[in-house]
Amino acid sequence: MDEPRTRIVKRAALELAAGMNINLGIGLPTLLADYAEGLRGVMLQSENGLLGIGPYPQPGQEDADLINAGKETVTVVPGASFFDSADSFAMIRGGHIDLAILGGMEVSEDGDLANWMVPGKMVKGMGGAMDLVNGAKRVVVMMEHANKACESKVKRECTLPLTGRRVVHRLITDLAVFDFPPDGGMALIELQDGISLDHVRNNTEAQFSVSIQP
Amino acid sequence: MLPAVTGKVVDSASEAVADIGHGATLAVGGFGLCGIPEKLIGALRASGVSDLAVIANNCGVDDFGLGVLLANRQLRKMVSSYVGENKIFEAQFLSGELEVELVPQGTLAERLRAGGAGIPAFYTPTGVGTPVGEGKETREFDGRSYLLERALRADFALVKAWRGDRFGNLVYRETARNFNPLAAMAGAVTIAEVEELVEVGELDPNHVHTPGIYVQRILEGSEYEKRIEHVVHAGATAA
Repeated sequence: MDEPRTRIVKRAALELAAGMNINLGIGLPTLLADYAEGLRGVMLQSENGLLGIGPYPQPGQEDADLINAGKETVTVVPGASFFDSADSFAMIRGGHIDLAILGGMEVSEDGDLANWMVPGKMVKGMGGAMDLVNGAKRVVVMMEHANKACESKVKRECTLPLTGRRVVHRLITDLAVFDFPPDGGMALIELQDGISLDHVRNNTEAQFSVSIQP
Repeated sequence: MLPAVTGKVVDSASEAVADIGHGATLAVGGFGLCGIPEKLIGALRASGVSDLAVIANNCGVDDFGLGVLLANRQLRKMVSSYVGENKIFEAQFLSGELEVELVPQGTLAERLRAGGAGIPAFYTPTGVGTPVGEGKETREFDGRSYLLERALRADFALVKAWRGDRFGNLVYRETARNFNPLAAMAGAVTIAEVEELVEVGELDPNHVHTPGIYVQRILEGSEYEKRIEHVVHAGATAA
């Protein structure tokens, strides 16, 4: 994994805490599973019907009936449970998931998230993302600050179709960490190591205030 | 007390789907390739019935699961939450040959559950302010906006369970449960295939997931392929 992505993952790992029920999205967030293993009482939820995801299986132990939402073979931890998809989304929509961490394509200064569709290019579907951003107690997005063309993915307004409006609580990029307070406005709360505030300002389309805690 | 009525057992997958006609609406269980009714899908492929509208979370892969019906041009419409990993799907959708309704996964599950439970519609926060909410009634409850979503029902439901009895009681295994119980509820005629069919009374009633009242036909399959989409082992670097 390249250095900016490693930085995002390491910072995002600090969002996990003992005792949380957590849903990790596909892609970058999946890499946080290793960090969750070291925390007491964390249960990872998989929206296809499992609370208590364990490590990937040893060769020969894979089970076609036991997969995660990314359709990868997994195992379960002690205390795990299985349920159907309606129960799974009752947990999600009903506010029983403490933390959802998702990948993003664009985040706006209002906390809007776009991460499911590029019109005319990519047709995959939203899966469970729209339910997660509207239902989890806390929504954290981890994404690279700029796209491959070096354009800011942290926007004044999202240009892609939205996953949810005003749903992001915290955004973690390779340059900085931003919060979205309930009363509006986007605030930079941390700089990633070795990144200057000017560098963030020069590479961010969104407008934001700065409230870095010493 | 006389034993439960057990005239639901069918001997072959082709017999089980024989009356599914052109243009039928189907609710099909499974998540990815996990917990899909592979024998019933195979029988539909062999029957050649076309113009089907299918409600299922995914559409399989190009050569397995519902993907084989797509490749054979038997599908008119899909109602799904996630359809990646399927090139034929993308091609047919972009050409306009296949009609697609993308539904958030939790909304899809609840629409099926509601359909089976006699609830015509429900409000959900999912999709408010996104393309999913366009054209739908919204209403505020306690200061928050919700979308009105309609229930789904199907002419036939095709589901897969681990074990079942001759009355149609079903037990699923691990994450192969997923959409199967909800599809079973939403079908006017629900056809279940199981890996092991047992006599009435052999399943512990405490452990039945889908009561047999939801199931009209039951079939014991054999030689399940149960293909795994992504085999990942311990120590691998995640995607």
